[in-house]
Amino acid sequence: MKATSHVGRMGLDVTIKVLAGLFAALALVLLGWILATVVTRGATALNWSFFTELPPGPGQAGGGLGNAILGTLVITALATLIGVPIGMATGIYLAEFGAHSRIAAPVRFVLNALVGAPSIIVGVFVYTLMVEPFQHFSAYAGAVALAILMLPVVARTSEDMLSLVPNTLRESALALGAPRWRVTLGVVFRAAKAGLITGVILAVARVSGETAPLLFTAMNSSYWMSSLAEPTANLTVTIFNFAMSPYENWQRMAWGASLLITAFVLLVMLTTRFALRAQERQR
Amino acid sequence: MLILIVAIFVELVVSSRLSIGRFGWSFLTTATWNPVTEVFGAASSIYGTLVSTTIAMLLAVPVGLITALFLVELAPPAIARFVGTGVELLAAVPSIIYGMWGLFVFAPWMAGYIQPGLQSTLGFLPLFQGRMNGQGMLTAGVILAIMILPFITAVTRDVFAMVPAAVKESAYGMGATTWEVTRRVTIRYGFRGIIGAALLGLGRAIGETMAVTFVIGNSHRIRPSLFEAGNTITSALANEFAEASEAIHLSALIELGLILFLITFVIQSFAQVWLKRVSRGMGVGL
Amino acid sequence: MKQALTRHVQIQPPGLRKETSPQAPLHQGSALTVKISARNLNFFYGRHQALFDNNLDILANQVTAVIGPSGCGKSTHLRVYNRIYELYRGHRATGQVLLDGKDILDPGQDLIELRRRVGMIFQKPTPFPMSVFENVAYGLRLHYRPSREELADRVETALRGAALWDEVKDKLDHPGPALSGGQQQRLCIARAIAVNPDVLLMDEPTSAIDPVATAKIEDLIEELKQRYTIVIVTHNMQQAARISDFTAFFYEGRIVESGPTKQIFTRPAQKRTEDYITGRFG
Repeated sequence: MKATSHVGRMGLDVTIKVLAGLFAALALVLLGWILATVVTRGATALNWSFFTELPPGPGQAGGGLGNAILGTLVITALATLIGVPIGMATGIYLAEFGAHSRIAAPVRFVLNALVGAPSIIVGVFVYTLMVEPFQHFSAYAGAVALAILMLPVVARTSEDMLSLVPNTLRESALALGAPRWRVTLGVVFRAAKAGLITGVILAVARVSGETAPLLFTAMNSSYWMSSLAEPTANLTVTIFNFAMSPYENWQRMAWGASLLITAFVLLVMLTTRFALRAQERQR
Repeated sequence: MLILIVAIFVELVVSSRLSIGRFGWSFLTTATWNPVTEVFGAASSIYGTLVSTTIAMLLAVPVGLITALFLVELAPPAIARFVGTGVELLAAVPSIIYGMWGLFVFAPWMAGYIQPGLQSTLGFLPLFQGRMNGQGMLTAGVILAIMILPFITAVTRDVFAMVPAAVKESAYGMGATTWEVTRRVTIRYGFRGIIGAALLGLGRAIGETMAVTFVIGNSHRIRPSLFEAGNTITSALANEFAEASEAIHLSALIELGLILFLITFVIQSFAQVWLKRVSRGMGVGL
Repeated sequence: MKQALTRHVQIQPPGLRKETSPQAPLHQGSALTVKISARNLNFFYGRHQALFDNNLDILANQVTAVIGPSGCGKSTHLRVYNRIYELYRGHRATGQVLLDGKDILDPGQDLIELRRRVGMIFQKPTPFPMSVFENVAYGLRLHYRPSREELADRVETALRGAALWDEVKDKLDHPGPALSGGQQQRLCIARAIAVNPDVLLMDEPTSAIDPVATAKIEDLIEELKQRYTIVIVTHNMQQAARISDFTAFFYEGRIVESGPTKQIFTRPAQKRTEDYITGRFG
């Protein structure tokens, strides 16, 4: 039999290895490129008035995105209030009682399907439910849309974190005579606290950067919010609107808003990772 | 939870009633999209979704696989961690930021370097002809690829890491090179997991809205060139929903959404079933 | 004390120099040649040293057993022979290991060729996720461009050589991992011998296999040594006594004693060897 060429094989091997290094470097380069862009273009827009004033008219100078920042905060907070309890409850259910329940499998299936649902579809859905019937956009609708997006993520991470708690812990509490719900809320929860909180924080951060679901639910506005039942300014939709406009001032502010959001999301991600790793090292 | 999914489905169907009633099955095949004459067809949107997603997968899957290989087999632990974090950060960047970067920075770059390059070398292909303004299918596909790359890399990395050391050593012990071990043994071993990863990436690419909307233009015509503007289901929704005044326009858009929902649901379900088969352990695989 | 621990007992007719050349017959009455010779071999996991000054000759077409308590370095030593340790960062060997007189630790050594000539069987059977046929064909496809007939031919030869052919000849396209444990291990052996190696390294090959299958593999080893040189690490002393011709006893990274199995087990020269063999520790 003819022998294969060692040189040929090793050549291919080296080529792939070099390629692998290049690709890895590529990922870093892309990340750096994106971050650098956001920082350089956004930094010029961030000043005091950016955080406090209302957006300027088209083509006008000055102004800020105070209302949008407030809007994003409010909507996200509202979404958290709605999404986290339901999500966590589901996660608890699946982790603690999932093994014996017949609903568990379909629920998990649906959860996973929801995770993959495009965010804009969720927006459309909430639109048909909460906007069209009342004929106006609202912060409520936006919050609900975001909550629906948060739900499956929170549920899944809660379930994962709770499953990590060793069964022996549950058993010792039960053996002491504690009722099931007490065991769950008291002991297991406390043991998984750090992970649960991390999961929630990450979900919140992720959702705060979402645009599509807000497009037709909370929409946008140029004014300070006066009630939750009206179109509410928020950073992400503002970015969309301003960026697509031809006005230089607006575009600049869109970059500023981008910088804000990116910084927030990335910082949250990094800190939670470090915190988690530090905690693991402690164990 | 179940209620929610059913509710979404029902609501979407209900709201698309008007459009379904007016256009029937031809909705799927018509490419016209004219709010003025009130004739709508999903073909161009579906086409755009398919093409941009295909480009994204073609780029992201190989790159993701090889990057995962780097992380697991080739890199010293410190570098692997650093690159790994970088990849995760890529995943965390909100999609609208990708859109901003795509429109203002990447598209011009594509117009300046890549598109001319492609046109001069492969310009005989209808794929690469036409205006080169940086936007269009190709750019959208590339940005999508960048966005799903972290998912594919991360999952594939986990898959590779799960191959038992003894199996890898057996392959090396027979005199195979790293690439040969990866290609014939590692990938085979975790094949199903890799498919799962690809499906996940696919699902995300299909549903991605903002990044695509920024760079794909908003044209409802089907054109062969990848440099031309087009639209995807998601970009159509994003661009037009807020201004759709006619009920039929709105309904047509919602029907688009319904189609998208069905597609992603099917892919998701399939992915889940597939992954479950993997973990049930067929002796081979994860 | 240290001298006594590291004294290497070698069989040689009186009067011959201690330094043996690879081709020189060592034992009167039979032409035993040295296949592998480890000289001053030291091994490090990062900063931790695991092997100290190992000197050992592995004789061709003989079964050499490597015994010793857990963690004494037997597997580590074995894994130097095909340089499989190089997959891992920080693992390092110094000294020389001569295969047919050529130092395989030399950086210029072609690793692909080395690993074709020196095959390895692991404790837990490692069939690849492919069919039985493809498992055995794996190495052949790596190193050669066989035609389909040649391939089928070599696969059958290898499977026969591993005493597995009769059991799998109708199941050649079944997945390798679907075989029983003992069959999987023989499959791994078939895979290894398909490429005509010189040496087979076996790292506790039967410790994860049931006794009946173990017996089959032990018989197989007895046959295999006619064509290959076999080095087997085992913590099962009865097995070592049963199937090996030569034995090396390791303790804490050093070779305490080595020589013909019969001699090691009946008249060990070192007390520590005797203690281990009689089960006083380990």
